[in-house]
Amino acid sequence: MSLFWLIVIVLAIAVAGYVVGRARALASAGGDMRILHSLPSYYGSNVAMKTAVPAFLILVVWLLAQPFYINGTVSQMIPESAVGEGSSLGLVMAEVRRAATGLDNAVASGQMTDDFARNARADFNDITARLKDAGQIVTSQITQPVMRAAQSYRIMVSTGNLIMSIVVILAAIAGGLWGLRETNKDFRARNTVEKGVRFILIAAASIAILTTIGIVLSLVFNTVEFFRLYPATDFFFGTTWSPSFSGRGGSSELGIIPLLWGTFYISIVALIVAVPIGLFAAVYLSEYASPKVRAVAKPLLEILAGIPTIVYGLFALLTVGPLLLSVFGDGGLGIMKAGTAVMTAGLVMGIMLIPFVSSLSDDIINAVPQAMRDGSYGLGATKSETVKQVILPAALPGIVGAILLAASRAIGETMIVVLGAGAAARLSLNPFEAMTTVTAKIVSQLTGDADFASPVALVAFALGMTLFVVTLGLNIVALYIVRRYREQYD
Amino acid sequence: MTDTTLSPITSETPSGAPAKSKSLYAIDDLTRKRNAAEKRFKAYGIGAIAIGLFFLVVLAVSIISEGIPAFTKTVVSVDFTLTQEQFDEAEGTLFKTKAYEGIFVNALQGQLEASGVSVPFDNATIERIVGKPGGTIREFFQANPDKLGEPVQFELAASSRVDGYMNGRVTRENMTDSRFLMKADLDLVDKLTESGIIKTVFNWNFITGADSGVDNPGGAGIGASVVGSFFMMLVVLFLALPIGVAASIYLEEFAPQNKLTDLIEVNISNLAAVPSIVFGILGLAVFIQFMHLPQSAPLVGGLVLTLMTLPTIIISTRASLKAVPPSIRDAALGVGASKMQAIFHHVLPLAMPGILTGTIIGLAQALGETAPLLLIGMVGFVARGYPDGVVSGFVDPNSAMPAQIYTWAARADYAFYEKAWGGIIVLLVFLLTMNILAVILRRRFERRW
Repeated sequence: MSLFWLIVIVLAIAVAGYVVGRARALASAGGDMRILHSLPSYYGSNVAMKTAVPAFLILVVWLLAQPFYINGTVSQMIPESAVGEGSSLGLVMAEVRRAATGLDNAVASGQMTDDFARNARADFNDITARLKDAGQIVTSQITQPVMRAAQSYRIMVSTGNLIMSIVVILAAIAGGLWGLRETNKDFRARNTVEKGVRFILIAAASIAILTTIGIVLSLVFNTVEFFRLYPATDFFFGTTWSPSFSGRGGSSELGIIPLLWGTFYISIVALIVAVPIGLFAAVYLSEYASPKVRAVAKPLLEILAGIPTIVYGLFALLTVGPLLLSVFGDGGLGIMKAGTAVMTAGLVMGIMLIPFVSSLSDDIINAVPQAMRDGSYGLGATKSETVKQVILPAALPGIVGAILLAASRAIGETMIVVLGAGAAARLSLNPFEAMTTVTAKIVSQLTGDADFASPVALVAFALGMTLFVVTLGLNIVALYIVRRYREQYD
Repeated sequence: MTDTTLSPITSETPSGAPAKSKSLYAIDDLTRKRNAAEKRFKAYGIGAIAIGLFFLVVLAVSIISEGIPAFTKTVVSVDFTLTQEQFDEAEGTLFKTKAYEGIFVNALQGQLEASGVSVPFDNATIERIVGKPGGTIREFFQANPDKLGEPVQFELAASSRVDGYMNGRVTRENMTDSRFLMKADLDLVDKLTESGIIKTVFNWNFITGADSGVDNPGGAGIGASVVGSFFMMLVVLFLALPIGVAASIYLEEFAPQNKLTDLIEVNISNLAAVPSIVFGILGLAVFIQFMHLPQSAPLVGGLVLTLMTLPTIIISTRASLKAVPPSIRDAALGVGASKMQAIFHHVLPLAMPGILTGTIIGLAQALGETAPLLLIGMVGFVARGYPDGVVSGFVDPNSAMPAQIYTWAARADYAFYEKAWGGIIVLLVFLLTMNILAVILRRRFERRW
C-alpha cells in the first residue's frame, strides 16, 4: 500500500507545484498576463511536469531493478549444499520468497513481533510451525539457510522500499524547485511543456515495441532454460508427447510433432469449412447483393466474428460434439468415440473464421477496379464468368493473403481447441479422433501444479515460441502479399 | 468433283438441319448452359450466406435454450409454524437437525394432505430432494427466535437433480437410480409440483452470487466474476485509452518518416495478429514471474488485456484522427495556435466520438478474452466472494466472466454446464450493450466532413 501513497504524495506535490508555478509566473509579470511569454497555465504545467515525470521514471526503474539486485545478493547467501538433489537455485529462491512473505503476513496480523521475525535464530521447527499456525502457506520445512536468506530478504526489501520512497519524493521536490526557479515572465514555458508532451507521446508509441520485446524476451529466456534441461532435437523431432509431472519430468517425452500435427489438422478442417463459405459469401455480397441485402447480411455475418471464443468453445463441447457423436458415434457410423475430436474443433473454428475470410475477401474484391468488370461485361461475359475469369484471378494474391491470415488465426486459437479437441496427443489421420494442439498444451502445462522450473512447465514456453514464430511468419507473408496487391491497383 | 455432288449439301443446310439460329430470342445450348452456370453460381453465394446465418441462428438458439434454465431455480416452499415447545424439544435431542427434519416432514405431509394429495414418502426421499433441511431450519430459528410460533414460509432450494428434472435436463428415461435421486422420487416431485409446493422461481443468486464449490452447482453465481471483470476493464480503460490515444497522436500527427516510426508501425500491426495465448505467456513471465504481482488478480489480467487491446485502439484512433479534415488544423495554425494546441484543442475533440467508439469495441473484445486469463491463474481460483474494497478489487485474486465460464465448463458435474451457458448469456448481454453503445455514439456524434 505504501506504493499507492507514494504515488499520491508525488501527485500532490505536482499539483502544489502547478498552483505555485502559475502564481509565481503571474507575480513575475506583475499580474499582467499579456507580458508573459506563454499562458499562465503552461508555467504551472511546466513545474508539475518537472515534479512528476522524473519522479515516476525513477520509481519505475527502481521497481524493476530492485528485485534483480536483491535476488542476486540473497541467492549468494545460499550455500551450494542447501540446494538439494534435483532442486535448483530458482526453487530455493521461491521458497525464500514464500518464507519472507509468510513472515511479513505473520507480523502484519500480529502473530509475531517485528523484532522476532528479524532476529529469530532459534529453533527453525518452531518457526515453521508458528508460520503454519498463522495460516501462512509454508512449504514442508524451513531450513536454516532458507530462513536466514528469508530474513535478510525481508530486511533488504523493506530498506529498499524506504530508500526508494525517500529518493522518489526528493526527486519530486527537486524537480519542482527546478521548475519554479525557471519560472519568470520571459521563460518559454509553452515550448518546454510541448517538448515534454511530445516526449510522452513518443514513450506511449514505444510501448508497442516494448511489448514485442517483452514477448520475445520472456519466450527466449524460458525456452533457453528449457533446452538446457531437455534436448532441443528431442523436442523438435520427437513423435511422442507424454509429460510426466512427477519426478520433475525426468521421464517425460516432450516431442512437438504430434502437437503440430493436431494444430495443422484442425486448422485445415477449419479452413475447408471457412474458405469456400466465406469466399462465396464475399463474392455474393460484393457482386450480386442489392445494397439492402448487403446492409443486413454483412453485419449479421460479422456478429460471428464478435462472439468471444469461449462461447465457441462451449458450443463445440456441448452442442456440436454430442451432435457429431450421435451421427458418427456408436449409434451411427461408429467411427467416433467421444464428442471432442478434430472434426468438432475444426468445424466450430471454421464457423468462427467465416466472417474473417468473407470481410477480408470482400475488401479485396471491392478493390478490383470497376473498369475490369466493365471490360468483361462489354465482351459479353455473364456475371459469374466475370467473377471467375476476371475478378478472382485479379484478386487472387489478396485472397491468398486473407486465407493465410485466417490460417494464422486458426493456429493461434486456444479456447475452441481446449474445450473441443480433446487432450490426447496423437498422430492419426482419423478426423473423428481426439487430438490436441500447441495452444491447448500451453494451457495445460502452465495451469497444472508443475513447478515453473521443471521441464514439463518450461516446455510451454518453447511451444509458445514455436507458435509465435509460425504465426508471425504467416502474418508477415500475408501482410506483404496483401499490401503488394493493394499497391498494384492504387 | 463437280458441282452436282456439292449442291445437295449446300441446298440441304438451310432447310434440313435446323442448326444454329442467329436469333437473339431463341436461346441456344451454350447460352442455356451459361445461364445455368450463372444461376448455380448465384445460388452458391446465397447458400454460403444462408449457411453462415444458419450457424448464427443455431448458436443463438442453443445459447438461449441451454442457458435460460440457469436463471431459474426449483424451490420447495413449505409453510409451517414452529412452536416454542417444539423448538425446546428439538434442541434437547441428541441429533438436533434430525429432529427439525422430522418437524419439516410433518409440515410437508400436512400441507400435502390439505391440498388433497397423498403420497407415501420417507425422510430419505426428502433428503434426496431438498438435501438436509434440518440445518437450515435450525439456523433460521436460532437467528430469529421471535418468529417462533408464527407461520413462516420456507423456500428451500431443491437438489440439482430435481432442478434438472424440472427444466428437462434429467428425464425418467435418461436417469439412473443413485443415492442422489431415485426414479421413484420423481412421483413425489410430480405430486409436489401439482400441489404447488415445488415451484420454479427466478434465481437471483445466479446473477448476484459467487462461485460455489465443485459439489454445489445450485449455489453457483456469476456476480463475483462480473465484479472481477469490471475491475479488469477499469484497468484496461485507464491504461489503454490514454496510451493508445497518445501513441496514435504521435504516429498520425508528429512522427517523422524514419526507422523508429517504421519499427513502431510494424510492431503494432504484428501485435494485432499475435495469438492471445502468447499475451498470456507474456503476462505470466513478466508480471507474475518477474514482477511478482499477485496471481489471478484483476490488476494483472487488466495489464495483459491492455497490451492486447492497444493495437485495436491505436488502429481505430488513427483512423478517426485521419478523418478530421486538414482544414481544421490549418485554421488553428493560421490563428496562431502551436501544433500541439491545434491538435489537443481542435483535432482531438473532433475525433473523440470515433476514438470512444473504437475504445468501447476494444473493451468488448477484451471482456470476452479467455486464453490469457487461464495462464495468469484465473481458473484455478474459486471466487467465493466479493472483494472487500476498491484496492482489494484490483489486487486480490478474483475470477472474470469468461474464466468463470471456462471453470464451469471444465467441471465434471453436468449441472455446471447449464451455469456455463447462463454465464454466456450474461457475458453476451454485456457485449451487446457495449456494442449498441458504440453504435449509438457513432450515429449521434460522428461527423461526416
